[in-house]
Amino acid sequence: MANPTGWKPDVQAGVAHAAQEEVGLGHATRGLAFEEGLLFERGSRGRTGVSLPPRGSDADPAREIPVALLRPEVEGLPEVGELEVVRHFTRLSTWNWGIDTGFYPLGSCTMKYNPRSSEALARLPGFAELHPLAPPSMAQGALELMYRLERALSEISGFATTTLAPAAGAQGELCGLMVIRAYHVARGNPRKKVLIPDTAHGTNPASSALNGYQVVPVKSGEDGRLHPEAVRAAMDEDVAAIMITNPNTLGIFESHIAEIADVVHAKGGLVYGDGANMNALLGVARPGDMGFDVMQFNLHKTFATPHGGGGPGSGPVAVKEQLAPFLPLPLVVREGDRYRLVTDPAERPRSIGKLREFWGNFGMFVRAWALIRELGPEGLRRAAELAVLNANYARALLKDAYDLPYATDSLHEVVFSDKNLKPTGVTTMDVAKRLIDHGFHPPTVYFPLVVHGALMIEPTETESKETIERFCAAMRDIAEEAAVRPEAVKAAPVKPVRARLDETRAARKPVLRWTPGMKVE
Amino acid sequence: MRYHPHTEGDVREMLEAAGAKSLDDLFRSIPAPLRLNRPLELPPPADEITLFSELRRLAARDDVQHPPFVGAGAYPHHVPPVVDQLLLRGEFFTAYTPYQPEISQGTLQALFEWQTFVCLLTGLEVANASMYDGASATAEAVLMATRITGRSKVVVSAAVHPEYRKVLATYLRSSGDRIVTVPFGPDGRTDLAALSAAVDEETAAVVVGYPNFLGVVDAVPEAAAAAHAKGALCISVTTEAVALGLLQGPGALGADAAVGTFQSFGNPVSFGGPAPGFFALREEHLRQMPGRVCGATVDKLGRRGFVLTLSTREQHIRRERATSNICTNAGLCALASTIHLALLGKKGLAELARVNYARGRLLSEAMERQGFRRVFSGPAFNELAFEVGDAEGVVERLASRGIAAGAPLARFYPDDPKLRGALLCVATELHAPELIDLFAKAVRS
Repeated sequence: MANPTGWKPDVQAGVAHAAQEEVGLGHATRGLAFEEGLLFERGSRGRTGVSLPPRGSDADPAREIPVALLRPEVEGLPEVGELEVVRHFTRLSTWNWGIDTGFYPLGSCTMKYNPRSSEALARLPGFAELHPLAPPSMAQGALELMYRLERALSEISGFATTTLAPAAGAQGELCGLMVIRAYHVARGNPRKKVLIPDTAHGTNPASSALNGYQVVPVKSGEDGRLHPEAVRAAMDEDVAAIMITNPNTLGIFESHIAEIADVVHAKGGLVYGDGANMNALLGVARPGDMGFDVMQFNLHKTFATPHGGGGPGSGPVAVKEQLAPFLPLPLVVREGDRYRLVTDPAERPRSIGKLREFWGNFGMFVRAWALIRELGPEGLRRAAELAVLNANYARALLKDAYDLPYATDSLHEVVFSDKNLKPTGVTTMDVAKRLIDHGFHPPTVYFPLVVHGALMIEPTETESKETIERFCAAMRDIAEEAAVRPEAVKAAPVKPVRARLDETRAARKPVLRWTPGMKVE
Repeated sequence: MRYHPHTEGDVREMLEAAGAKSLDDLFRSIPAPLRLNRPLELPPPADEITLFSELRRLAARDDVQHPPFVGAGAYPHHVPPVVDQLLLRGEFFTAYTPYQPEISQGTLQALFEWQTFVCLLTGLEVANASMYDGASATAEAVLMATRITGRSKVVVSAAVHPEYRKVLATYLRSSGDRIVTVPFGPDGRTDLAALSAAVDEETAAVVVGYPNFLGVVDAVPEAAAAAHAKGALCISVTTEAVALGLLQGPGALGADAAVGTFQSFGNPVSFGGPAPGFFALREEHLRQMPGRVCGATVDKLGRRGFVLTLSTREQHIRRERATSNICTNAGLCALASTIHLALLGKKGLAELARVNYARGRLLSEAMERQGFRRVFSGPAFNELAFEVGDAEGVVERLASRGIAAGAPLARFYPDDPKLRGALLCVATELHAPELIDLFAKAVRS
């Protein structure tokens, strides 16, 4: 097999690696680990993995298209057969951790089980093969599904209307802020600033900046909550909005939200809700009832559409009545027993316009709607209850082993600090990597920024009591190990196909694509 | 509930450990007036059989019996079953963004391969790990060009996908950047004289389609020359990426950035989304690139591995000073494209592109036999506009026969009298020669 880089799988290192001492319960991460080079490093001239029909015409492109714009083939592409492709990606998949592999308590990411029903339904030909420009008469099923989902999301969040267009949570934020800006512009002044608590996701300030707003950070209190006084002090008539995640990234409910909303509204500002943590509130409380004016959903978090190794997401934005005219196009409407997309700006002259091509990540709408239908009102509420129960159970099992910087009640996630680890020299990152050896995906680390060496644990409702117990036992085991054998923790992970990777080198000498003869050493 | 594993006994023991009296008690931090004291008004829970019968009924109301003859930014192509069966490996689709590289090498290596495919097809040096879609990728490319040049005007061809141009306008609304739109000529190519006249020392970027929205292979070399003459960047936008199996990569023709969608590779049209936006660039501008990027490195034992890198550009580090707010992108869709491109390989992609070109010619001939002339004289790939008279009427009539006929261009260019009867149609490897013939006859009668 061609191997132009000269790179060879290091079988000896692999063997030595596998022989290392067993840690963790149940020998959790032993498996068949194959080395697998890049696609571009394999194959042989002339192979292909597709079956194509005859052209049906011998028209020569060179008679129509300028020869300078043509190429006979794309240099560098691999030439591999179907089995090789199947094997390549199957092997790569075994190097990956997914929810299907094991517990994935990544705080603020809501890594709950992705139902197989949703996957099967999104693949029905009537959904997957439907063209976005098929006439409405050919797309009534898809449009009805969008309408029902829109109504359900509005009901769940307590808002008047929801746009399904945004492609992900961050685009939802962008959309929400554009709507806010359009609202202020319509009242004569776009305003200049957006208030953002210090616990916020990085997307919040980035989305604000992209809208031309200056970001004003607001400090949260000793209890991890935002206090009306802090907001009052920062609030003036140049503030367009405040962006609040509720519950916040510490997993704490912003219980002063109603008063804070009053403070902001009194100066003509609006309250934006980052719905990343909506899982904690399903059927229990609604942002629309708390003083929020706008909020984005993350269907890939709350409604279990798969994260896919980094997308696609879907970030619908729900708004109060007064902001509805500004929503992006399209909107889905029902007229009698027919459904239709509003795409003509003439029908919605105050709309901010279009945010993405076509109508949104429809494939995600099918999955989210399927989950909402299966759970129903009781099931959605039960999801929030069990998500909060799981986080609180983990908190109870860990609070004497790890420092809990905020004693305030937790909802769906709990954040520990690295304070107790300090004397051992072991860091949060070391704990995270050691968890991998125990057969668990690490929690979110070093976020939120207000907690030193944060370990942010969000179990979600789909995990069992035993799983949480096993995870907490591993966490406790690592805390003990850190005290007596810190070097073992710092050497982690020893189990996966790769040890710790040199991220500094990656950034300093970027190698971002394969090239013939590529060497990384 | 099959997704909720808790028994009543579990709940009791866990509540006790957590020091809570009841499940309700767990929510005591939410002030009573802010709680919802009624069940959500949603349909009652559905068992799996009910769920499937309900959604199958909905899906059956969508008419997909024939492959659509409409592209216009979403292209009907055959997706080999290998693609979807590999995507359904739970280790891929249930993974998060690869923040823990030691246990995410599968996603990371696949992204590295995706970036390589994007570079090879576009003829550019670096690419990111994907964008939401082609439209936002275009808007992000323009924003990047304004950062690189410090200029605030962008010259966009009217033949760039109208929806992409709308999204660009939405993204630029608050920045004060100006968009100048230049027309296309009777050949469907950007009017180069108008383009050159519009580009000046204030221009950050020139944006052209390749092939453009009208299906025409636009003049990227000339557009790039006009841009470079005034120190602006040239951005090419590709919605039908199969064309890149026949056409030179835009980077080789002078484009500084190439964006668009790879939906055509491995992703069904899915009523418009999701699909992977792509973003490729000359290396000199790497630090201004938006979005995530995967890079090669070594592990502690010297073995090659992959990580997300250059994250100091990104929102979770740089916050309001980030190059973009993008976080989640379209990773799984990019994986689908990567698998499809791996299957195609060098020979397969070249042939698929030629099959598509040939089907475009068959469509052209079949329509001409029925008396419908092509609207644009410029070189085309697999998508062509025809003068059919009452384009909306044709679409409506063919819908009743189960055929999505095309995109009436008057919807997108309402002010252009020449396009009043123009219907934009596509033919791909899914459209067998006999089907193309039937289609042309159906448009006629």
